[in-house]
Amino acid sequence: MAVTVSIPTILRTHTGGEKSVSANGATLAEVIDDLENNHGGLKARLVKEGALHRFVNVYVNDEDVRFAGGLEAQVKDGDNVTILPAVAGG
Amino acid sequence: MLVIRRDLVDAMVAHARRDHPDEACGQIAGPEGSDRPERLIEMENAERSPTFYRFDAAEQLKVYREMQANDEEAVVIYHSHTATEAYPSRTDIKFANEPQAHYVLISTRDPIEYELRSYRIVDGVVTEEPVKIIES
Repeated sequence: MAVTVSIPTILRTHTGGEKSVSANGATLAEVIDDLENNHGGLKARLVKEGALHRFVNVYVNDEDVRFAGGLEAQVKDGDNVTILPAVAGG
Repeated sequence: MLVIRRDLVDAMVAHARRDHPDEACGQIAGPEGSDRPERLIEMENAERSPTFYRFDAAEQLKVYREMQANDEEAVVIYHSHTATEAYPSRTDIKFANEPQAHYVLISTRDPIEYELRSYRIVDGVVTEEPVKIIES
């Protein structure tokens, strides 16, 4: 399954400046592992102790994966995965 | 330096006053690369808290898509402090992920006089910058 992944500005140092890259996998976890193979360092920015970082939002198409199984969220050929760091503070 | 129209400053302050004592948050989009804030978008504070803010994740995606379609970016990211000064807190610094953005803070702790200041936050380093208001 090939998906397109939109990379936020802050993580583009890992993709040579590319705004979007393609990756393969049947679940979000597999997509992230594949991203890591080609763009080392990305996984640590997204996953901590086997779960998505609390302050990173990941969407498959329009759905927040928090409500779709997190790392186990299914992806289909042609899906768009969007990564957006949470905008937060105190 | 942040150069910004008076009506946008007034709109941020009005939003902060309206949501007081909870923190208000939002962004001002502008053409990509222009450094010119033009279109203010009030964001839902998903935390609804007097000490914390977080853009609602679904709304954030929707606005992000709009900005991409318009070739815009977030020129200003603003939020209010309702009991403390308009200076970035430790959590503000920790979660600052947009090195190209002006981080604007508005303090509403005084019911009459507001305080509005702007910063760059890059790699955990806060640099205050002057704010030049253009009469609109």
